[in-house]
Amino acid sequence: MNQRPGSAGPRAAAKFPGGGPEPLVFDAPAEPEPGGDVLIRADGITKHFPVYGSGLIRRKVALVQAVDGVSLSIRRGQTLGLVGETGCGKSTLARCIAGLIPVTAGKVYFEGHDITNLPRRTMQPYRREIQMIFQDPYGSLNPRRRVGSIIGDPFAVHNTATGNERKKAVQDLMARVGLNPEHYNRFPAEFSGGQRQRIGVARALALRPKLIICDEPVSALDVSIQAQVLNLLADLQADFGLSYLFIAHDLEVVRHVSESVTVMYLGRIAEQGPSDQVYGHSRHPYTAALLSAAPAADPDAAAQRQRIILTGDVPSPINPPAGCRFHPRCPKAQNHCTTNEPPLETKAGDPPSHRTACHYPVQQGETLARSGRREPR
Amino acid sequence: MSLLEVTDLRVSFPTADGVVQAVRGVSFSVEPGRTLGIVGESGSGKTVLTQSLLGLTPGGQISGTALFDGVNLVGLDPRSLQKIRGKDIAVIFQDPLTSLHPLYKVGWQISEMIRAHDKSISKAAATERAIELLGHVGIPRPAERVNDYPHQFSGGMRQRAMIAMAISLNPKLIIADEPTTALDATVQAQILDLLLRLQQESGTALLMITHDLGVVADIADDVMVMYAGRAAEKATKRDIFYAEHHPYTKGLLESIPSSSAAGTRLRPITGQPPSLIHIPAGCAFHPRCAYVMDRCLTDEPDLHPVGDAGGHQSACWLPVSALGPGAAAEDLRVQAVELGRTSRAAQVAEAIAAAPESEGSVIR
Repeated sequence: MNQRPGSAGPRAAAKFPGGGPEPLVFDAPAEPEPGGDVLIRADGITKHFPVYGSGLIRRKVALVQAVDGVSLSIRRGQTLGLVGETGCGKSTLARCIAGLIPVTAGKVYFEGHDITNLPRRTMQPYRREIQMIFQDPYGSLNPRRRVGSIIGDPFAVHNTATGNERKKAVQDLMARVGLNPEHYNRFPAEFSGGQRQRIGVARALALRPKLIICDEPVSALDVSIQAQVLNLLADLQADFGLSYLFIAHDLEVVRHVSESVTVMYLGRIAEQGPSDQVYGHSRHPYTAALLSAAPAADPDAAAQRQRIILTGDVPSPINPPAGCRFHPRCPKAQNHCTTNEPPLETKAGDPPSHRTACHYPVQQGETLARSGRREPR
Repeated sequence: MSLLEVTDLRVSFPTADGVVQAVRGVSFSVEPGRTLGIVGESGSGKTVLTQSLLGLTPGGQISGTALFDGVNLVGLDPRSLQKIRGKDIAVIFQDPLTSLHPLYKVGWQISEMIRAHDKSISKAAATERAIELLGHVGIPRPAERVNDYPHQFSGGMRQRAMIAMAISLNPKLIIADEPTTALDATVQAQILDLLLRLQQESGTALLMITHDLGVVADIADDVMVMYAGRAAEKATKRDIFYAEHHPYTKGLLESIPSSSAAGTRLRPITGQPPSLIHIPAGCAFHPRCAYVMDRCLTDEPDLHPVGDAGGHQSACWLPVSALGPGAAAEDLRVQAVELGRTSRAAQVAEAIAAAPESEGSVIR
């Protein structure tokens, strides 16, 4: 991997003229990105949270290894789906990429510029390029502020558009995401869950970002409303050339929106590649189990499917298992897996973009379901 | 004979803003050993429906009948209801953390349940039974884990403990209210698998409440789709998924991103579910319905038989033979709409088509 000079970001920031609602123009990256038009690239991101004891001297007693050496990249105008169970580190990774929390190790490059752990002021111009949409449309909007002021916040923070100009911009945004612009002065409580998620989308869109990180954007919504929001996100992507990092636990939703998918397990990448590859030819036993476990809304398919029932729960990220972190639950685990960490690499017969971290990848036509033993342990 | 026979159940709650009509005349039956899935979005009344049967809706005004093994649960005195609740009808709730008491050991909570219904069982025997049950639902080392507190259990294990509690007295009916919604996919698969296995072993009837059509496709025998406190459609699982009649059922199925249509546009249902205080006149679904006709604005359809096979019922004015997603059925629907829609319904249809999320799904 090419190491870029760490000063690229601040230099670009210094040239930023400041003010004005037009999108930022950065210097061309120092070198062309490998793999074409990459918007953002995360390289070996590691995030450990210290756990402190409860005594008088609060000593550091353990480390939560939330994210451990994760690399991914998102191309301009495309969607990367990030899949995994609770506690696999997908939200932490998203926060690291957005620069909301400092990383322990690794680098984040935005349009070729190193934006890792930048100080607040130099990070500012990048913040408007990377926005987030959160899961809970109730918790992520201040209930005591009017929606016009909530959506107008980004303009205030970045000092673009004031007064009537701001109001006009906010109302345009509201209309764009399917809200009635006349509801400018209403409170969040006067909107339904789906409409509140649209408010969150409008706020994220305000500064015309290039990347929107969607952290479980439709999980809290009913299916009919979920479809409305997914269509809106697709429209905005087509209109503004947005890139999405789309985090969800619903595999069908992720498949629907993503060009490529990254599957995480306990802070590491299990499998990564184009959606049709990861879904159609899963090589990691965890991906296969996850796909077989997701209930399909189709009784015939459900009856035919070989369900791989994994044993037990996801272990704690404080003391992750040695070797392959998935080995205690893996139907294919061998002794080798308990000690040797499998590298993330392209397996024989797969395209180079499809990488799997497994010593014994699933072969075509192989069945992992164990019929005789349906119950864990 | 049905194990549970509910007829014209109505539940309403008087509030300062008006009367919340949570359940508006729902009838269904549950047969021994079978699974009925009740599907609906938030606010469709599916949870209130089952809780009212068990006397868990304080302040609610309940009418109708609910015959369980010949006993009418509606209006039953609290003492008799308490004997049935937990023993003959067990409940598994969505959130296993809030339904277990955080300050009591898991084993104690299970043995308390056993002893509450039969004082003759000694504490030691009840604890023995709790260990046996925990092992049965797949908790590793049950003899040790029986002394754990709920916070020492993971989400999946807590739900297993709830299931252990539910099956402890060999109930005839288990009501599972969104039992896997709070769980991850691989754990959800474990729990559904466990419920199916237990049901096969004991012949218990299962009433499964969920918003997830995938769970229904997996586990249910029969399905009832609820909308705004009423049953929109009731049929076997196959009929619901492959020969649906009600436009709401059709809309739900089309809203789901499925592998077959990856990357294409979804067809959401326009608008959002109504408030249960101000329920639209006529068919409650008409302000969102792509096939809205004149009579839908004034006449509320009741469940009536549709299709050729018996048992398939739908509450919709569309032709009874217009079933499923096929082109012939769609032609029938379009014809019915052309005949049945004049100025007023046309205005409603225009309003639906004008919504930003409509995707041109409305028949014009």
